[in-house]
Amino acid sequence: MQIARVVGTVVSTQKHRKFEGAKLLLVQPVSLDDQPRGPVLLAVDSVGAGVHEKVLVVIEGRAAGEALGQKAAPVDAAIVGIIDSVDVTE
Amino acid sequence: MQLARVIGDVVATRKDENLAGVTLLVLQPIDVHGKPVGRTLVAVDAAGAGVGEVVFFVRGKEASFPFYPTEVPADAGIVGIVDHWDIG
Repeated sequence: MQIARVVGTVVSTQKHRKFEGAKLLLVQPVSLDDQPRGPVLLAVDSVGAGVHEKVLVVIEGRAAGEALGQKAAPVDAAIVGIIDSVDVTE
Repeated sequence: MQLARVIGDVVATRKDENLAGVTLLVLQPIDVHGKPVGRTLVAVDAAGAGVGEVVFFVRGKEASFPFYPTEVPADAGIVGIVDHWDIG
């Protein structure tokens, strides 16, 4: 999983039926020192994350579909947790 | 699978219900000389690993298999703790 910060929201009316009811957020993957890393992604949100929150993002199709509660959903990224803290000791 | 060093842990109170009770650890992949290679990532732990240990981990949906039948939404998982390794 990757650590990311929620940077925005996406609204889409016309979409694949598996996305019905799904919340789409824009997430910026960040490094352990909170620096942006790589491109911003769209992820479905199953935990109620909001803009500016630091989240845990799963970037794998079937796992993301599970987070969405859908089998064979055409998704590749999902927010599966809101991060309280990351403790790096090395 | 790949070698990595556990360098930290992640606390998340609000998360997918299938992640409840699952330990989340920060991994730095390493090469056979123990040097960091590539990006850090967060993995679920199926081996009882701790910070500072060298582990091996699997990427992809297979990371959730140790937790079956719970469908853990994970894309990386620690599946073993390395006692030592040698290169020929």
